Amino acid sequence: MAETTWRADLTAYRAVLGSRVRAQASYRTSFATDLATAFLVGVVELAETWVVFSQVDVLGGLSFAAVLLVFGLSNICFATADLVVGHLDRLPRYIQAGTIDVFYLRPQPLLAQLVTSEISLRRLTRIGVGVIALVWGLSVNDVPDPARAAAVVALSLVFGTVVFAAQFVTAAGCQFWLVNGAELTNSFTYGSSYAASQPASVFGTVLKLTFGYLVPAAFVGYLPTLVVLGLPGPSLLPAWLAWCLPLAALWSCLVAGLVWRAGVRHYQGAGG
Amino acid sequence: MSVVEVDRLVRDFTVREPVPGRRLRRRARQVRAVDGLTFTVGPGEAVGYIGANGAGKSTTIKMLAGILVPTSGTVRTCGTDPVRARRRLARRIGVVFGQRSQLWWDLPLAESYDILAAIHRLEPARARRRRAELVEELELGGFLATPVRQLSLGQRMRAEVAAALLHEPELVVLDEPTIGLDVLSKQRLREFLVHERGSRGTTLLLTTHDMGDVERLCERVLVVDHGRLAYDGSLSGLAATVAAERVLVVDLAEPVAPLQVPGTRHLGSEGDGVRQHLAFDPTRTTAAAVLAQVQRAAEVRDLSVAEPDIEDVVRRLWSRSR
Repeated sequence: MAETTWRADLTAYRAVLGSRVRAQASYRTSFATDLATAFLVGVVELAETWVVFSQVDVLGGLSFAAVLLVFGLSNICFATADLVVGHLDRLPRYIQAGTIDVFYLRPQPLLAQLVTSEISLRRLTRIGVGVIALVWGLSVNDVPDPARAAAVVALSLVFGTVVFAAQFVTAAGCQFWLVNGAELTNSFTYGSSYAASQPASVFGTVLKLTFGYLVPAAFVGYLPTLVVLGLPGPSLLPAWLAWCLPLAALWSCLVAGLVWRAGVRHYQGAGG
Repeated sequence: MSVVEVDRLVRDFTVREPVPGRRLRRRARQVRAVDGLTFTVGPGEAVGYIGANGAGKSTTIKMLAGILVPTSGTVRTCGTDPVRARRRLARRIGVVFGQRSQLWWDLPLAESYDILAAIHRLEPARARRRRAELVEELELGGFLATPVRQLSLGQRMRAEVAAALLHEPELVVLDEPTIGLDVLSKQRLREFLVHERGSRGTTLLLTTHDMGDVERLCERVLVVDHGRLAYDGSLSGLAATVAAERVLVVDLAEPVAPLQVPGTRHLGSEGDGVRQHLAFDPTRTTAAAVLAQVQRAAEVRDLSVAEPDIEDVVRRLWSRSR
């Protein structure tokens, strides 16, 4: 019984998502432009990193080749999370227009409906930029233990995506209070993505603690890169912490779940 | 068992407003939108829930549907607590918000129904049968392949009603279903709702500004004012209490002395009697009967019928009770 309900729910979500994909693909020119723009933005960010390294050889103990790995991992994870749940930042518009009420009238969890209400395929090219950086980084670096590197990269890609997805949910949960705070919470999600694409060793203690533990951005790109390259890592963020990424993901999900629940309660209690 | 049970229901909102003279300070103020409502709606009833703007109608509906939590008091919809059982309740009620679409604006209408059928986990055969029924009765066949954003208001409203009824809900809540519709679209929608209720025993609860809706669809009226129940009873009883008259305005071929038509009140004349206003009680006679009598006395060029204004009805109701 439980399995059939689960399957029936999947059918419902698939029906909505399928329609979103068809709707985007039906405007071919605009879709192609979107893809190209997203790709260019990714390339520009990569170029930005390259410009920094044209001035210095090593930043935070990492060379440009090593930073390619940090950039690749964090970009793939962030863009995948963005593809799957990034449209949650539309929540303020739904709340203001009152269309959020329509979601309440359907027999599914609110968050599941909102997540499956849209999928922005243009973010696919952004993932492409990350893949290019990662493959490039893996090919130009000296990787002492390929098996260990493969394991930590796989771990990073899966749980890093979870970390970012949880941050989108946390940010969306805050929207129930802020309503006009999309800019503020975007700076939180996109800010942590930016932090994740930097070698965390350049940060001061406060930032290290913030992006290492509170918002576990360093776990996504920086720590796995240290493991791939066989480097020890700075104080407060030793390389072996990379293997604790699932814990960091769990922590992120916990925070996201609590904030979202509180947000929904707040809306039912005060909104409308 | 009642379909809707509301007991001493209260709902407050916190409104933040600027403090006069101090630009950056804002003061929080509690506003009571619903103030101690108590009523029940039995299975198969058709209830008109009327009141002026801001009287607390939409807030009540949101509490019935589990969107908002009451500040105090209780709500039970289809025998359950709507907030706790929101998802289960969603399969048993259908809600049409006149201003908020449940359809996917960039998809052909037919696709929205496919998605909704999947969302409500309808068996494919049952969904097909029900859809065919709704398409026929609401005359949607001509624009099933049209993207929703290209539909006219009348078409979209009928499409919304079909979307809310696809899963054959026991309770249908309509929030301003005929707002902005032309006479013909209103008529069609009302006929459909009467038929739907007659054939399935669906319970109807509708909020409206249109006395015509109430007259043709509802046998019971709840009037809410400032969050409180001002009247609960039949429409004819309401008309008797506050004389909710309709007014027939006729333009005549030539000036005529003030018309004396039995069952009407002459309200006034313009242009030496070329235009005359006759008020009548819609529960006792019809516009057509009044018109027929007018035509015996004079040649009618043009006419219009003014519905009683809800705000006016509520105001009169309120002033009587004091």
